[in-house]
Amino acid sequence: MQTKDELIDTLKRIVKPYVQDEQAFAHVTENTDFLNDLKINSANLVDIALDVEEEFDIVIDNEAMERMLTVGSSIDIITQKLAEKL
Amino acid sequence: MRKRVVITGLGVAAPNGVGIPSFLEAIQAGRSGIAFQQNLAELKFSCQIGGIPPVTDAIKQQYFTELQLRQLNSSGIIYGVIAGMEAWQNAGLPIASDEPDWDSGVVFGTGILGIDKFRESIYKVDDGQVRRLGSTVVVQTMTSGVSAFLGGMIGCGNQLTANSSACATGTEALLLGYERIVNGQAKRVLAGSCSDHGPYIWGGFDAMRVMPYQFNDTPERASRPLSATASGFVPGSGAGALVLELLESALERKATIYAEILGGHLNSGGQRGGGSMTAPNSSAVKRCIQQALVAANVRPEAVDLIDGHLTATSKDAAEVSAWCEALGRKGTDFPYINSLKSMVGHCLSAAGSIECVAAVLELKHGFIYPSINCDDLHPDIATLLAPDKIPHQLLRKDINVVAKANFGFGDVNACVILQKFKL
Repeated sequence: MQTKDELIDTLKRIVKPYVQDEQAFAHVTENTDFLNDLKINSANLVDIALDVEEEFDIVIDNEAMERMLTVGSSIDIITQKLAEKL
Repeated sequence: MRKRVVITGLGVAAPNGVGIPSFLEAIQAGRSGIAFQQNLAELKFSCQIGGIPPVTDAIKQQYFTELQLRQLNSSGIIYGVIAGMEAWQNAGLPIASDEPDWDSGVVFGTGILGIDKFRESIYKVDDGQVRRLGSTVVVQTMTSGVSAFLGGMIGCGNQLTANSSACATGTEALLLGYERIVNGQAKRVLAGSCSDHGPYIWGGFDAMRVMPYQFNDTPERASRPLSATASGFVPGSGAGALVLELLESALERKATIYAEILGGHLNSGGQRGGGSMTAPNSSAVKRCIQQALVAANVRPEAVDLIDGHLTATSKDAAEVSAWCEALGRKGTDFPYINSLKSMVGHCLSAAGSIECVAAVLELKHGFIYPSINCDDLHPDIATLLAPDKIPHQLLRKDINVVAKANFGFGDVNACVILQKFKL
C-alpha cells in the first residue's frame, strides 16, 4: 500500500486537470480545499471521484463522495476503502 | 429609420476547409470535401460517403482547454466552438473579463447535438452504470450546448439560445440574431449552427433512401445539385458562424465589414398544398423569397446571385422553378445560381450557416464559386435558365446582392438577402 505522501502525489496527479488555481496547486497540503482553494468547478468533483475509483479500483459511494472536499478527507476515504478491500 | 446590421466576423468548420482562409481557397478552387467513410461501409450503409471537416488535434487544442477536451465526444460542439470562436476573433472582439458583455448574445442552432456522447451514455445507463457517466453528458447533449460553450468562452451577457428548424436552422439563426439587433435588444449576436457527423446522424436518411449509393467509389462526384444525374444528397457535417453587429458599433470599432444583412423572411408551408413533413409547399417557398425581398426592400431584378438550397435531389428543379416564379425572371434574365452542397454535401443543420459564410465571402471578395458536378444539367432546369447562369469554374465578378435560402423538413423555409456593404 502507498504511504500517505505517495497517496497525496497520486491524488494530485488525478486532480491536476481540473485545477483552476495553479498557484494554490503548487502548495497543496492536507487542508487544501478542492472548491475554495483549487477553484475546481463543483461539477468536476464527480469526475475526480470516478478517476479515483479507477486509479485505486475502489467504489466511492455517494456518502463518501459528499465528504471528498479536501485533500485530507479524500486521502482518509481512499485509505479506508483500500483497507476494506484487504 | 430601421437599424442597419452588418457582418463583421466569419468562422467555419466545413468538410472542405476548417478556418476561413482554407475554406475560401477550397470554394474558389471548387474542391470537394466528400470522402469514402469506412465505418459506413462496415455498418452496411447504402451511401458510404460523407463530408467531415478535417479537424486536427492541434486545431482542437487551439480552441479548447485540456479540461474541456477530456471526455469530449460531441463533434457538433467541436465544430460549433471552432467556427464560433474563429468568427469572434475574426471580428476583433474581446473576451469579457469579470463583467459580462451585456450587449452581445449567441444564437447557435443545431438539429441534434452530441449524438456519439449520447450513445456512449445510453450504453452505460442500460448497463446499470449511470453513476459512471461523469459530469459532461448534459452539456454535451443539450441542444443549447454550443451556445452555452460559446457564451462562456466569450462572456456574453445578452440572449444565449439555440434554434432548431432542420436544414433551415443556420439561416434561421442568422435572421433571429438580425431581428434581435434590429429590435434594439442587442448590439452584437454571434449567429451560427452546427451538425454532428457519423452513422447515428446519417442513418435515418440512409433508411429513407434519400442519399446516393452509386458513388461510393467516386465520392467527389457524388453531390450533383442541378444535374440530371442528381440522385440524392450526400451527408455532411460541420459548423458556420457569423458575427452580426449594429452598424454604429462596427463603425465605432473600425471593424472590417464583410456584408450587410438587408432583411429576410421565415415561414412554413403548413404541410399543405403539396408540402409535407419532408417536401416543401412550393407556394410557401415562393412566398418566403418574395417576403424576404419585401423585408429587405430589394427589387427582384437587383438579385445578382442565388445561393440555393439545392440538395442534389429530384427537388432541385422544383426549387429553381420557385425562384423563377418568385423573382419573375428566367432564361438569360435569371441571376447566377450555385450550390455549396456540390462541394461539402448537405451539412444538415449546419448547412445554412456554412452556406451563409460562403455567400458573404462571395460578396466581400467579388467572386461566384463554382457549382461542381452539374455538367449534365437537368433537362427541366435547362428550360428555366440559361446554362451559363451556373458557373462551372470560379467566376471573378463583383456582385451586389445575394439571395440565400434554405428549406427543411417540417416544411420550413428561410431566406435572407445579403448585400455588399456601402456606407
